[in-house]
Amino acid sequence: MTMLGTIVDIVQDNWLLLLIGQYPNGPLGGIAATLILSVLGIGCAFPLGVLLALASLSPWRALRWPVFALVYGARGIPLLLIIFWVYFLLPLLIGHAVPGFVTMLVTLAIYEAAFISEIVRSGIQALPKGQTDAARALGHSHLAAMRWVILPQALFNTIPSILSQFVSTIKETTLGYIINVPELTFAAGQINNRLMTKPFEVYAILAIAYFIVCWTLTRLAHVVERRIAASRTHQGTAVAPPSVLTPRPEEA
Amino acid sequence: MSGFDVMAILANPDFSRMLVHGVQMTFVVFAGSWLLAISLAAVLLGIRMLPSRVAEAGVAAYISYHRNVPTLVQLMFWYFGIASLLPPDAQFWLADHNSEAVFAIIALGLCQAAYFSEDLRSGLRAVPKGQWEASRALGHSYIGAMRWVLLPQAVRNAGPAIVNHTVSLFKNSSLAMAIGVSELLHVLKEIEGRTFRAFEAYLLGTLIYLACTLLLMAFGAWLERRNRNMRPAA
Repeated sequence: MTMLGTIVDIVQDNWLLLLIGQYPNGPLGGIAATLILSVLGIGCAFPLGVLLALASLSPWRALRWPVFALVYGARGIPLLLIIFWVYFLLPLLIGHAVPGFVTMLVTLAIYEAAFISEIVRSGIQALPKGQTDAARALGHSHLAAMRWVILPQALFNTIPSILSQFVSTIKETTLGYIINVPELTFAAGQINNRLMTKPFEVYAILAIAYFIVCWTLTRLAHVVERRIAASRTHQGTAVAPPSVLTPRPEEA
Repeated sequence: MSGFDVMAILANPDFSRMLVHGVQMTFVVFAGSWLLAISLAAVLLGIRMLPSRVAEAGVAAYISYHRNVPTLVQLMFWYFGIASLLPPDAQFWLADHNSEAVFAIIALGLCQAAYFSEDLRSGLRAVPKGQWEASRALGHSYIGAMRWVLLPQAVRNAGPAIVNHTVSLFKNSSLAMAIGVSELLHVLKEIEGRTFRAFEAYLLGTLIYLACTLLLMAFGAWLERRNRNMRPAA
């Protein structure tokens, strides 16, 4: 019981640090920074991923190849190494130093865009072929058919997968700890350094905090997936959706 | 420091020895955690099939924890947290036996077992129910039917997904550097710090990781193709 008591004490003494970091006396950190980083990351990655998906389905090889390389790069290179690449290359490219938060944001945007492009691509390919044929027969161009007929349906169907990708992104922000981005894991590290003798309790709190956030969102993704599946069978256009449950290398 | 020169790293006997050690350590962590993960996954699947609500809920909780907590946090929890609860003698013993690598293998293995176990379970579910009924009708016991009829098919079905997650595990072995395991990425960072050749060091790392992961992915794709061809038409 004393262990639980210690955990409660640590949370009572440090809840503000865990929530927002040293803000307003320092940079924003804690859960707030973790969530902002994840939302911005997936927010940048989503439009980028849609563009990449369109490029990978385009008839031009010059557009397909770079996407192909990017997707296999993201699948094959450890995220940590990609972070080091961005950490090293980004200041060279734009000419001045960037904060760790920006490094992490750029990394997540590129990395997640690669996975989202695969999700969107399979969402587009899962639509019945008749959709494209009908749109083209009605006089839409390739791009107009995409914009007005294919993408709205495909993107709607991919919402659950994007949500579970958001959960992956939250988990991936922890790697910011290695380049000293002030977020939740970093805050726990600070608390641990200050207390010195309670690592078990501090890291248990950290694990519980992530669990609560990610578990809730995973449940939400499942609910949304069921809703969407139900609405689709209702319309009588049952197609195989890119499922949340489909095994994919997603964990970090 | 002058222009691009990979040989400045490769031709230096110090650095090339470090690189070899780094690759070795990456493979030790990867192979150790893979073996732990796959055996534990089989055990978890076995527990899950017991006719008990408690067992089912326990395994579900295990899987949920390991999938919803970031792998890095799980590593830190083992290395900083659980290690501190061990009796001093055990801590000294571990410190003498590369405790970083031991905890990395445990943490990565336990985490990956959750994913492997789910892969195996969906592989088992994909076996048609008639297979079970037919093998029981032929006189197989529960264990016999599992051993000779269902599990071989389940493992075959789960193969591609398991290879996919094996790629993830290989990539995630790099997280061990956060708790001080001198694996490949850790070594590359050290070489970078001593030579200021970040570009060359990261390029070498990228090529080594890609060579291994692309090979694994190709193997997964081959398994998937073979599964499709082997599936009966009916």
